[in-house]
Amino acid sequence: MISLTTPITEEKIRALKVGDAVSISGIIFTGRDAVHKYLHDGGVLPPEVNLRDGIIYHCGPVMMKQPDGSWRCTAAGPTTSIREEPYQGDIIRKFGVRGVIGKGGLGDKTLAACKDAGCVYLHAIGGAAQVLAECVKQVRAVYFLEEFGSPEAIWELAVENFPAVVTMDSHNGSLHKEVFAASSAELAKRL
Amino acid sequence: MNALKDSLIELIRRTSVELPDDVNQALVRSLENEKKGTIAESALKIIDQNIELAKRKSQPICQDTGSILFYVDCPVGFDQIHFEETTRAAVTEATKKGYLRQNSVDSLTGKNDGTNVGPGAPTVHFHQHRSAEIAVRLALKGGGCENVGAQYSLPNEKLQANRDLDGCRKVILDAVLQAQGKGCGPGILGVCIGGDRATGYEFSKQQFFRKLDDRNSNPELDALEQDILKIANELGIGPMGFGGKTTLLGVKACSANRLPASFFVSISYMCWAYRRQGVTLSVVGEITGWLY
Repeated sequence: MISLTTPITEEKIRALKVGDAVSISGIIFTGRDAVHKYLHDGGVLPPEVNLRDGIIYHCGPVMMKQPDGSWRCTAAGPTTSIREEPYQGDIIRKFGVRGVIGKGGLGDKTLAACKDAGCVYLHAIGGAAQVLAECVKQVRAVYFLEEFGSPEAIWELAVENFPAVVTMDSHNGSLHKEVFAASSAELAKRL
Repeated sequence: MNALKDSLIELIRRTSVELPDDVNQALVRSLENEKKGTIAESALKIIDQNIELAKRKSQPICQDTGSILFYVDCPVGFDQIHFEETTRAAVTEATKKGYLRQNSVDSLTGKNDGTNVGPGAPTVHFHQHRSAEIAVRLALKGGGCENVGAQYSLPNEKLQANRDLDGCRKVILDAVLQAQGKGCGPGILGVCIGGDRATGYEFSKQQFFRKLDDRNSNPELDALEQDILKIANELGIGPMGFGGKTTLLGVKACSANRLPASFFVSISYMCWAYRRQGVTLSVVGEITGWLY
């Protein structure tokens, strides 16, 4: 298990390879469909949301507001990433993102951006909302809650030992492409 | 009013936080079967921990608590309007309690009012029967697996799929291939051969109310189910699409009549977080039994 702590250096990212299991600690920001489209359309991030050398998590958590006004994260697994394929590569380049956590993988445009800018795709276990919520130690802030609604807002999370697997690295490696090619070949033999 | 609402909230809670036994057992078998030391095995271990944790903490198995689909078998004279109103109240309350995520978005304005109630949400399907029994089944179907559902129109030249069972087999397996891990595999397929575009998908989803270990009473469909399951698990897509031995936990298929001009094959994919449950209710709405 390789530890990754935000902010993450390019050197650390370049050392990662497809198949590496990682454990993530530090500050991460959720961002999914609405946020990606907003940024793609030229939207501006609040100054507190600093993605440089940081991580975007494709996640729409369940958040419960506490009597003291703070938030408790009660479910926080990844959402399917491929919907962000039109936008993700540009956002990685523009904001200096080092890691994207999600599920299901992304496509060629993102893979190229990972190679150019030094970023990796970190696959979390889809549906594992409770195991992953346990890794969220603090909900530090929320942005765009009114505009995008709770699942689509940007949540700033402090996480510890959040488990993921590198499935796209910064050297053009993609487990998703490998498995698709191998499974296509297996299917062709059986038709 | 209150007994029915409380029962529906409890049905929603249990559906969201606990996997049915048949699914749990299938996941345990797939973990035992997976090659040790692989990322596929570690994915299934995390899934296993997650199931235990969700039940213990009474919190959603998956944060995407999905489309809320009720199916009600009811006697003649049952007040459907009252039931549907109570369903909406129960969904609103279950959302406040955190059993459901604020998960329903106005498609035109993009607004999420946080109630999970709106046009088409939740959906309630009624089916009248001659028995006095009231049975309410619920599926919570997440968006990730819904997005990898597919509907094919036969013939499909690209896949060399003609209007016969072999053609059906080809398109169903193509849907498995295209889904890869994006629907949170290992998954379960619900398939309908025939129907129109709407009923085809609808019937494919109703297949999810069958238990995983049941067998189709129609020998041709039974053979198709077993064949698709076997071949899908030989493709090496594996849990989460990481590569591995278990791609599907089950295949459930039905058929519906079609027009001469149409031949649809509709495939719905359910993620491993297979949230379906059901209850029988007394006349006043108290839970008298659990169906899964």
